[in-house]
Amino acid sequence: MTIQARLFATLREGRGKVIAAELEEGATVADLAARLAISHKDIAILLVGGRDAAMDKILTDGDIVSVFPPVGGG
Amino acid sequence: MYGYNGKILRVNLTARTVKVEALDETKARKYIGGRGFGTKMMMDEVDPSVDALSPANKLMIVTGPLTGTATPTGGRYMAVTKSPLTGTIASSNSGGYFGAELKFAGWDAIILEGKASAPVYLNIIDDKVEILDAAPLWGKVLSATTDALEQAHGGKARILAIGPAGERLSLLASIMNDRWRAAGRSGVGAVMGSKNLKAIVVKGSGKVAIANDDALKAAFAVCMTKIKENGVTGTGLPAYGTAVLVNIINENGAFPTNNFQESVFGKAEEISGEALAEKYLKKKDPCYRCPIACGRYCEVDDIKGGGPEYETIWAFGSDCGVSSLKDVIKANYWCNEYGLDTISAGATLAAAMELYQRGLVKKADFGDGPELTFGNADAIVEWTKRMGKAEGFGAKLALGSYRLCDSYGVPELSMSVKKQEMPAYDPRGIVGQGLSYATSNRGGCHVRGYMISPEILGLPEKLDRLDTAGKPLWTKIFQDFTAAIDSVGLCLFTSFAMGADDYAALYNAVCGTSITGAEFITSGERIWNLEKQYNLAAGIGSNQDTLPPRLLKEPIPEGPSKGLVHPLDKVLPEYYSLRGWDAKGIPTKAKLAELGVD
Repeated sequence: MTIQARLFATLREGRGKVIAAELEEGATVADLAARLAISHKDIAILLVGGRDAAMDKILTDGDIVSVFPPVGGG
Repeated sequence: MYGYNGKILRVNLTARTVKVEALDETKARKYIGGRGFGTKMMMDEVDPSVDALSPANKLMIVTGPLTGTATPTGGRYMAVTKSPLTGTIASSNSGGYFGAELKFAGWDAIILEGKASAPVYLNIIDDKVEILDAAPLWGKVLSATTDALEQAHGGKARILAIGPAGERLSLLASIMNDRWRAAGRSGVGAVMGSKNLKAIVVKGSGKVAIANDDALKAAFAVCMTKIKENGVTGTGLPAYGTAVLVNIINENGAFPTNNFQESVFGKAEEISGEALAEKYLKKKDPCYRCPIACGRYCEVDDIKGGGPEYETIWAFGSDCGVSSLKDVIKANYWCNEYGLDTISAGATLAAAMELYQRGLVKKADFGDGPELTFGNADAIVEWTKRMGKAEGFGAKLALGSYRLCDSYGVPELSMSVKKQEMPAYDPRGIVGQGLSYATSNRGGCHVRGYMISPEILGLPEKLDRLDTAGKPLWTKIFQDFTAAIDSVGLCLFTSFAMGADDYAALYNAVCGTSITGAEFITSGERIWNLEKQYNLAAGIGSNQDTLPPRLLKEPIPEGPSKGLVHPLDKVLPEYYSLRGWDAKGIPTKAKLAELGVD
C-alpha cells in the first residue's frame, strides 16, 4: 500500500517534504518512521488524516501521515 | 523594596504636570504587577463606563517585579486601559527593551491621564521627566519617529510610540516600542493618540534591587535548563519562530481560511515557517534577556524589519486567501510602521473581502484602490497602508471588522468575540481554544489561555482537541496561570517549559517573599475575577461570552475537521461552575471574598 508521509521543520533535512512510502499491509506508523529513519524521540506531533495518532496505529492504503518534531509557538 | 522600585510616575497631560507617587506595596503584592496591578489601578481610578477615547480614560504602562531583572525573558511591560475596540479592560503585552529600561530609570509604572492640548512626548532620564513638543513627529511612521527621537536623545534611549493609526484613533491601533515590538491588541494605541501623546523616551542608569542573589542564580539555572531542554523553547521557536505553526494548524484542519469560511488552506506551504526560514529570514531578533529568541527579522525587496509572526501570516495570508509570503511580509511591515495590530488588521481585510464577495461592499467603495477579493496580494498591502492613514474605505477598515460588518447590517460576519478579532485557530476544530476565546476578558484572543499548547502541541500533556471532557478545567487553569505570568513581567512562552513553582521561585528570589506555585496561580485567578468585575461594570455582560454564529452553526466544510461546529453549550456551564460563578457567568460574592477581590 502507498502512504503519503508529510514531514515538517527539521525532519525534512535529508528526507524531503512529501514522501510516498510503499509499505506492507498491516504496517504501523512505527514502521513508517523506521522506513524514513525518524527516531521516535524526534516526533512530537503525529497525525493520520489530520487526527492525533499513536505509533502503533495500523495504516491503510492512501493514509496521509503528518509528522512534526517538537515545535510550536503562538 | 525588592523587585519593585516603589515609585509610580503620574503624568497629567491636560495640566502638563508630573508627580511621583509611592507604589502601594500591599496592592502590588496582591495583584503582582503588569496586567494585574494595572487592572487594579484602573478599577480604583477609572469609572468602567467611561468613553475609552475621552480624557477621563487613563493609560497605564506597567512593568512587573521581574521586569529588568536577570530572569529569562524578564523585559515585559503591559499597556493597561479601557479598550475603545471592545469596551472591556484592555491589557496589551510587549517585549523588546522598553520595559526593562523603564525599571532601570527607577519606575514601576507610568499613569497617563487627561489630554494634551497639542501633540507631546515624554522624555524620561531616570527621575528627570519632561513633556516636550511632538508637533514635528505627528504624522510620522514608526521608523521616522524612532529615528528622530534617537537623534534628539541618543541611540541608547528606548522608545515607545504610536504611528499614524493611533493618531487617527483607529480602534486597531497598537502601541509600538523598539521599532517593531507591539502592545498590539484592543486599540491601546488609539487611547494614547486620544491623549495627544506621540511617544515616550526613556533612559535609565539604575538597577532593580534583588532580595536574594544566590536564590535567583539557582532558580535562574533551573529555568534556563528547562527552557533549553524543552523542544519548543529550546529548538523549535529559535529555529522557526512562531510561523512554524502554519503547517501544524493547517494539517489539523483548523487553519481559518477566507474569513473562517474554510479551515484548510491549500497553499499553506507557501506561507509556512519553513518557507519563511528558507527565503526571507535574515536573523533572529530577541527581546531583553530572552534565551528563546523567537523574534524574526526579514528582508523583502526594499523592506526590512521585525516579524512576521504566525498570527500575522495567518491574518494576511490564509484568512485573506493570500499565498504570497512576500506580500504578507510587506503588510506586516506597514502595520508596524503605521502602528496597527496585525491580527485585527488582517482579519478586518478578510471580513471586507467576504462583504465584497457577497455583494454588500461595491466596487465603487474601493475608489482607486485595488478590489478586496480573496487572494489579492496587492490589495492586502495597499489597504493596510490606507487603513493606517484612515483614507477612503480605509477609514471604515480602521474601526475593525465588527463595526465594518455592522455598518452593512451583517455583524455576524465579523469573526470576533466582544468585537475583537479572533486569531489563527478555528475553534470548531479545537474545543478548549474556542472556550478560551469565548470567555476571554479582552475579547477574541489566543494568549489569554493558550489551549493550543495541550490540544495541539501536547504541552504539558496531549489532550484530544475534539474532546469536551476536562476542557473547562484546563481552560480555567491556563487562563489563571497566564494572568499571573502576564503580571510578573515574563514572556508567556516561558510556560511551554516552566511550571508554576518555577515562577514562584524566581518571584521569591527577586522580591524576598515565600509564595508557592499554587499561590502564584491563585493570584492569577484573582486578577481574572477583577477583570471580569471591571467588564461587568463597563456593561460587557457574560451574554457576550460566546462565538460568532458561524462557528456555532456552520460545520467546517472540508478537511480533517470536516463537519464540526463548536460545542460551546456543552462546556460553558461547567466552566462557570469551576470558576465559582453563577449559571449566568457572574462571579459570586463568596468567590470574590475568597479571592479578596475588592
